[in-house]
Amino acid sequence: MKKLKGLGILLFFVLVASSPLLAQEEAAVNPIRANLYKLSIIVGGAIITLAVAAGAFCQAKSISSACEGISRNPGAGPHIRFLLIFGLVLIETLVIYALLITIIIILIQWGNWA
Amino acid sequence: MEALEHSLFTVELFNRIFGKPVLAFLGLVGIEPKHPESPIPDYVVMCIFVAVFLIVTLGLASRRLTLVPSRRQTVLELVVQMFEGILTDIIGSQGKRYLPMIGTVGLFIFSANMLGLVPGFMSPTSKLNVTAGCALTVFVYYHWQGMKAQGVLKYLKHFTGPIPALAPLLLPIEIISHFSRPVSLSLRLFGNIFAEELLIVVIASIVPFVLPLPFMAVAIFTATIQAFVFVLLATIYIAGAVAHEEEHS
Repeated sequence: MKKLKGLGILLFFVLVASSPLLAQEEAAVNPIRANLYKLSIIVGGAIITLAVAAGAFCQAKSISSACEGISRNPGAGPHIRFLLIFGLVLIETLVIYALLITIIIILIQWGNWA
Repeated sequence: MEALEHSLFTVELFNRIFGKPVLAFLGLVGIEPKHPESPIPDYVVMCIFVAVFLIVTLGLASRRLTLVPSRRQTVLELVVQMFEGILTDIIGSQGKRYLPMIGTVGLFIFSANMLGLVPGFMSPTSKLNVTAGCALTVFVYYHWQGMKAQGVLKYLKHFTGPIPALAPLLLPIEIISHFSRPVSLSLRLFGNIFAEELLIVVIASIVPFVLPLPFMAVAIFTATIQAFVFVLLATIYIAGAVAHEEEHS
């Protein structure tokens, strides 16, 4: 019985926390150049998806070789960890470049205004 | 992106106190701000706040230094040793003379990144103006230090590479790669902090109750790593500009 009471309180708080979800509004007005708007959203989504896929694959490769390097030579741990963080940030820079382009495309809403 | 900006309480307060003199001064110079009731932009107010905070805190904390350090002095010495460690690892024993610049840039960027998580403030580094300023400062600094350490002509001759015959090929490549450094520094810092802040704002506009907290934890991690990488890259650029003399001797 005590577990049910705890679950009930938790459910109540989750519902209270998600109450802003009820405040959704209507979609925007029809743009004049609808095709460009649709195309720009698809292109924006595709850019960031491709960038994230390539970036995550390359970061995974670097992390796996760093782990293997540390396991072969535990004494070189700090050096390898430093190189790993440095390399991860450099790869992530390129993904951030693509993210900035996508933010510009999505937030300026090309084709939504004449 | 105009819909995402809202006026902050601290910025409004600052503009109410200092707005009129700044407006008068800008009118003297001939600049007309877009919103005359708040001529100081929000990131300038936040930069001033970070600068005053760092000056006051670090100035007060470095009083009364003793040979056997107290707790407060140990913390400060840890911070200084971290920067000195990075400098001496990468540049060598001569690295310590670049500590003022690297320490200032590192502490400024770290505090500026963290400031965005405090309610009522925004990170100045989430605007491209501020990060481009930091990156250009580092760019001018390492070229100046390279010229100071090696002489102007010898430093410029390093752009042509080891073989004089290949100089017309190597010179544009070197110039482009040197100009890509402040671009990458500024865009990296700006992209990370702006994207993190945008994520938190969007999440908070949907479910503001408890959901932004994990994203703010990730933002703390990102802020620290980005400040560290900025300092590391600045040190590597300084090392590349200054350390040529040791290979030739």
